[in-house]
Amino acid sequence: MSLRIVVTVKYVPDATGDRHFADDLTVDRDDVDGLLSELDEYAVEQALQISENSDDDVEITVLTVGPEDAKDALRKALSMGADKAIHVEDDDLHGTDAIGTSLVLAKAVEKAGYDLVISGMASTDGTMGVVPALLAERLGVPQVTLLSEVSVEGGTVKGRRDGDAATEQLEASLPAVVSVTDQSGEARYPSFKGIMAAKKKPVQSWDLSDLDIDEDEVGLENAYTVVESAAERPARTAGTIVKDEGEGGKQLAEFLAGQKFI
Amino acid sequence: MAEVLVYVDHVDGAVRKPTLELLTLARRVGEPVAVALGNGAGDTAAALAEHGAVKVLTSDAAEYADYLVVPKVDALQAAVEQVSPAAVLVPSSAEGKEIAARLALRLGSGIITDAVDLEAGDEGPVATQSVFAAAFTTKSRVSKGTPVITVKPNSAAVEAAPAAGAVEALSVSFSAAATGTKVTARTPRESTGRPELTEAAIVVSGGRGVNGAENFAIIEALADSLGAAVGASRAAVDAGWYPHTNQVGQTGKSVSPQLYIASGISGAIQHRAGMQTSKTIVAINKDAEAPIFELVDYGVVGDLFDVVPQLTEEVKTRKG
Repeated sequence: MSLRIVVTVKYVPDATGDRHFADDLTVDRDDVDGLLSELDEYAVEQALQISENSDDDVEITVLTVGPEDAKDALRKALSMGADKAIHVEDDDLHGTDAIGTSLVLAKAVEKAGYDLVISGMASTDGTMGVVPALLAERLGVPQVTLLSEVSVEGGTVKGRRDGDAATEQLEASLPAVVSVTDQSGEARYPSFKGIMAAKKKPVQSWDLSDLDIDEDEVGLENAYTVVESAAERPARTAGTIVKDEGEGGKQLAEFLAGQKFI
Repeated sequence: MAEVLVYVDHVDGAVRKPTLELLTLARRVGEPVAVALGNGAGDTAAALAEHGAVKVLTSDAAEYADYLVVPKVDALQAAVEQVSPAAVLVPSSAEGKEIAARLALRLGSGIITDAVDLEAGDEGPVATQSVFAAAFTTKSRVSKGTPVITVKPNSAAVEAAPAAGAVEALSVSFSAAATGTKVTARTPRESTGRPELTEAAIVVSGGRGVNGAENFAIIEALADSLGAAVGASRAAVDAGWYPHTNQVGQTGKSVSPQLYIASGISGAIQHRAGMQTSKTIVAINKDAEAPIFELVDYGVVGDLFDVVPQLTEEVKTRKG
């Protein structure tokens, strides 16, 4: 038996940088450093753990859709221990929304071949958290999402989902789409050996024609949503800051009372 | 007037507040038709009618509890086919977003998530979103299909607007995918008696500075004096001092209360992403240089172990 895992990852602008919009109201990627979305590191980690806990042959492929620089995200995942990588890059993809991105990912996952897709719970830039569900709908396979624990055994994936109202135990047959939260387990740091090995691992590049996707199915012009305006939030007016010299709590209570909170 | 579908988030018939807010927003773009699913679906009708639902479509079946997400998508799709609404509104919970996404894909529609406001526009509803850790405000609309929009809690004040709320049974035939992911066990979260974090008008949060699970008692005491929910920063959650379900920030809950009190939280960008849209922000921190002070309406530079108990006592005294 063998198990083919595809981990979808995203190259995102660093959240600690000064993010802003380009003239076409897409995210400006030129002025901010990019990196592998932190939440996707958890997905790579769980793929590696499933592999380490499995008696089967497990092959882990990392997949990203993004510009040239997005290869950095793939390298990071390869240096953590993934086996190979696929980079979907095409100029016509600029400005593609979540619906379009899920199409590209679904086609790429099908072309790569898979038993299990693992994603992070959301990207750290768009933070929508909808792509894993969209991917499952497109692929017509079960979604086993927002897991804080995940295991695979004998063609079945099981996991724990901590929701607002309840904790649920979930179970589905493979193939399936899984997403994991930041509670699933600390992601490992790449070792020096891992970083060296990553340089020799294969990175395949596909464009839209490789995936039989028409250019009018993706891109900003064909997105299902339109951003009409983006305005920088006005800077907050500087607040009152006091030093506690024994009466700090009482002073704060006075402020809260003035604001009618007490 | 066009009808607008509102997905009802309820627990055994008790409607949660974000759904009532959604009904208020829905009235700006059409006539609200509510869709309530699962155990107690029929019991939601009175509350929904009181807040503007002209109709309540209900469906109860074991599938909604026994399988993840897809049965609810099947039901919403059936409701869309029956009503042909101008838009579908869903509360922005983790599950709500998943339901909305799959529905949008089936309808050939665009999806907008985490709207913080909604208004009628010439070309359909216009949603306001707060992005890049609330550094920017965008206005967007769905340009293809029936707009599917998820709305964050606390995005509108709940307004009563009595309407007919006529209950109709929704006929749903489940898809082959509906039974794909089985829920094999469910443990309801134990109630703390405090308001739900994302719905609370006041949130009191503790971070690294709280320095231990046992010390969260003083954060809880302040929260209880104000009738507030308790939040925690990721540092506090990762240290095991407070449950992940209470985490405020980029990878936890995003909150937008009237008042947010941060104690012992430095204010890293990941935390700010989850609380920056709070109306009034207060911080207590020993470090005068902590970035959280850039956001505050009122800040106290001091030891939270002195300031928080004193504040709690003062609140209790003033409230009598």
